[in-house]
Amino acid sequence: MTADAVAARVDATPDIEPYEASTSWREIAKIGLIGGAIALYLCLVGIVPVFHSRQLIAGVITLGQVALFGSMAIPGAFAARRARTTREAVLAGGAAGLITGGALTLLVLVGSVVDLRAMFLNASPELYSMLTMGFGVAGAWIPAVEGLVLGAGAAAFGQLPARVRSPVIRGLLAVLVVGLFAGILRAPLMSAGLVDLARLLFTGDGLTVVGAVLVFTIVVVGRVARQRVGVGKRVAALPAERRAQLRIPAIAALVGIIVVLPLLLGPFFAQVIALVALYILMGFGLNITLGLAGLLDLGFVAFFAVGAYTVGLFTSLAEYGLLDVPFWVALPFAMLFAAIFGAVLGLPILSIRGDYLAIATLGFGEIIAILAGSNLLLPALGGPRGIVNIPKPIDVPSTNFLAGPVQIYYIALIFAAVVAFVALRLRGGRIGRAWVAIREDEDVAEAVGVNLIQTKLLAYILGAAFAGLGGAIFAGLVGSIFPSSINLFVSINVAAIVIVGGMGSIPGVVLGALFLIGIPELFREFSEYRFLFYGAALIGMMLYRPEGMWPSSIARRELHVGDEAPAMIAGDSTPITRGGMS
Amino acid sequence: MNVPQAANTRLVERFTELAIQTFLWAFRIVVILIVVVGSILTLIGGRYSAATWIDLAITGAVLGSVYALIALGYTMVYGILRMINFAHGEIFMAGTFAGYFTAVGLAGAGILDAGPLAGLLSVAVMCAVAAVVATAIALLVERIAYRPLRNAPRLVPLISAIGASFVLQYSFRGFFGPGIYAYPTIDFLEGDVPIGFLDIQWVEVLVIAAAIAMMSGLYFFVMRSKMGTAIRAVSEDKSTAALMGIDVNRTIVTTFGIGAALAGAAGVLYAQVYQQFTYTVGFIPGIKAFTAAVLGGIGNIPGAMLGGLFLGEIESIGPVLFLDGLGVPAPNQLKDVIAFTLLVLVLVFRPQGLLGERVTRDRA
Repeated sequence: MTADAVAARVDATPDIEPYEASTSWREIAKIGLIGGAIALYLCLVGIVPVFHSRQLIAGVITLGQVALFGSMAIPGAFAARRARTTREAVLAGGAAGLITGGALTLLVLVGSVVDLRAMFLNASPELYSMLTMGFGVAGAWIPAVEGLVLGAGAAAFGQLPARVRSPVIRGLLAVLVVGLFAGILRAPLMSAGLVDLARLLFTGDGLTVVGAVLVFTIVVVGRVARQRVGVGKRVAALPAERRAQLRIPAIAALVGIIVVLPLLLGPFFAQVIALVALYILMGFGLNITLGLAGLLDLGFVAFFAVGAYTVGLFTSLAEYGLLDVPFWVALPFAMLFAAIFGAVLGLPILSIRGDYLAIATLGFGEIIAILAGSNLLLPALGGPRGIVNIPKPIDVPSTNFLAGPVQIYYIALIFAAVVAFVALRLRGGRIGRAWVAIREDEDVAEAVGVNLIQTKLLAYILGAAFAGLGGAIFAGLVGSIFPSSINLFVSINVAAIVIVGGMGSIPGVVLGALFLIGIPELFREFSEYRFLFYGAALIGMMLYRPEGMWPSSIARRELHVGDEAPAMIAGDSTPITRGGMS
Repeated sequence: MNVPQAANTRLVERFTELAIQTFLWAFRIVVILIVVVGSILTLIGGRYSAATWIDLAITGAVLGSVYALIALGYTMVYGILRMINFAHGEIFMAGTFAGYFTAVGLAGAGILDAGPLAGLLSVAVMCAVAAVVATAIALLVERIAYRPLRNAPRLVPLISAIGASFVLQYSFRGFFGPGIYAYPTIDFLEGDVPIGFLDIQWVEVLVIAAAIAMMSGLYFFVMRSKMGTAIRAVSEDKSTAALMGIDVNRTIVTTFGIGAALAGAAGVLYAQVYQQFTYTVGFIPGIKAFTAAVLGGIGNIPGAMLGGLFLGEIESIGPVLFLDGLGVPAPNQLKDVIAFTLLVLVLVFRPQGLLGERVTRDRA
């Protein structure tokens, strides 16, 4: 999807000479240079060398090599689209790939003369050895040749008919995905007693060659068979009731999987899915503020902190605990206090406009974080030492399956369902329509009689209450609360989930949380690139799919009226805005 | 719909409205009380000498000059595109890194400590390199993340800018690692200025003077030069400016470039005073500078300078002056709280800023 969108945009750029019938070699050189810059970036920022430590197919290819080879093949595929004939396309792809790889050859040569490591930490001997396949400077030509071959290969592959290309691409993607998640797929196989199968398919951190071939074959055969039989078309041809009937077992199966999931996976994955469930809950909460009412709240962590500290103060058995009441007594107060904070902080700022609101709420988040760790509140909140020894919500002996993070997973999911239900019911009602009206156009909403401040305040308070709920459950999950947990990243995580998933969309938030919380948690060894990935996802989403991965039907219709987002393409060719920026 | 119920709703709305107004007034009164009572108590307490206050004021002026330089970038871009360039703080960070590597190079060549003139020239070179690198990065960000979104709804470019901010921060972390860097010191800048009772270092004089020089340069550029006129015209009305034969796109790019150059140079100046930095160095100064821009009236160039200076002083003097008298322990921990509260106060009670321009709700 994204690649097609890129291509569509590139094709729409007016600086290709429409009269020129021959292949534009200058354009191709430009693509190669951009590819080279990206390849250099990937190497020096550390993605290629760090990901090199993770096997995708044991002994055959690592993740770092996938990134490297991808950065060479993709410019080739793009360059091939600029060419007229098949022969020229392959030439163009090879040329672009050669330039991309040449940039890396240059890196190796420069690196052998100058000590780049004094500046770039990742310009290490390991990187050079990986690029040159262990030959050192003598093998400096290797990346360039790789680029030539991969670029030309990608270009030639692009010339094949779509019915051949599509299954192969899907097969390769499937190998990539299965290889990435080898760890999480292997665990249930092992625990189900299929040790031999697990050993056949997976090594500790990747696929075996047999596994890779098997995955590839299954996907390709499945895809081809699907094309022949036309399952999709048949389902689409069914009458609406029959399709709805097909959906019921699918949903039932999904719910079943969700319920038994923590039992299949080990304790580490239970922690991960508990965190994902918690973020789904908070995403649903922010979805009311941001998705429905359109208020970009970057201070979500403020109310999260109120909820967490309330639970800490109410239930902790240690120094700063005040009441020693059970978690379930503290929970409503956590939500109540968070809502009160929401009202108090929201009241002054809700009259200001969207982008200012974002910065002001960001300020609130920072204020609360600083206060939580300050000497001023040290006697009450424990300052940097935090509040420890917060009991689990459900007190069971440690042998019970609910003992660990598993109970948090269920609790978070149940509350997430409640929040989603509240949001759905509100959305259809008077207040929900008022929120959407405000999101679309404040002035018009006000003109038709919506009380701006009160309507926004309600959304903000609800979001705050659910943030408090999230914070309370977080305190129960971790068993302690420190000022260092109260940071901007909580707000950014939740906002990114809602934005990337799709503002106002319930399945979008789930998808966003899986994508932005679940996947990075599984790749702990790459955690330093987590926010790089977030940032890139935010930009990419805004450029190509501002409505999110799984948008609500309204947002989809709005942002794609008639043509595919005309405003974005217009931004390239006509720099002049007509009638302002709204 | 029956009439009594409608009247009832109306009454509830009125009441809520009244409650909101009361709350806002209470909020103002509380803030004013804290400031006034706190200041009086601190001054009566007499724990701080005049020299301490002067010292704080100088620190504030130094910090304020840096904020002002960064704030100019926010304000100019906002003026021309009505967009909060959230990644601007990271441009400042990029400048800090570029200046650092230049400084290490110069120190390696033995130029850095070769005397006052060489030291000054070194700082100038660092600023120039930082400005060039910062401009290059800002233009790249503008091309990739902002330009395609120029006509999109307002939140879309803001979110893209937040994404760009993260990409830049973590790219620099990937390039240069998460460690703390320290600028090589320039000996003569550490020395004291020989003015009897005052305790000023040369570096503080340098930062303030450099900031004033750059800001006046910018002011004359915007007010007198042809490009400056174009910038003002485009920020007034893009389509009319285009009809007058102004290349709007080039003007926007130039604006981004100038703002980034100032921020990059500010990064070097900041590091001359504070020396240590990491890849997150841009975040808090970035938000503070945005506060300064809002404080002065966003879109208003002299406003950004004034706002920066004002914020620097408040942040430096404020915690001690307002909070110490009230018995708050370690008031300096709360300087960011004061800065962010100031941001909220300005946004709520005087959204047009100190010098007043472009009321926040216009052209929304």
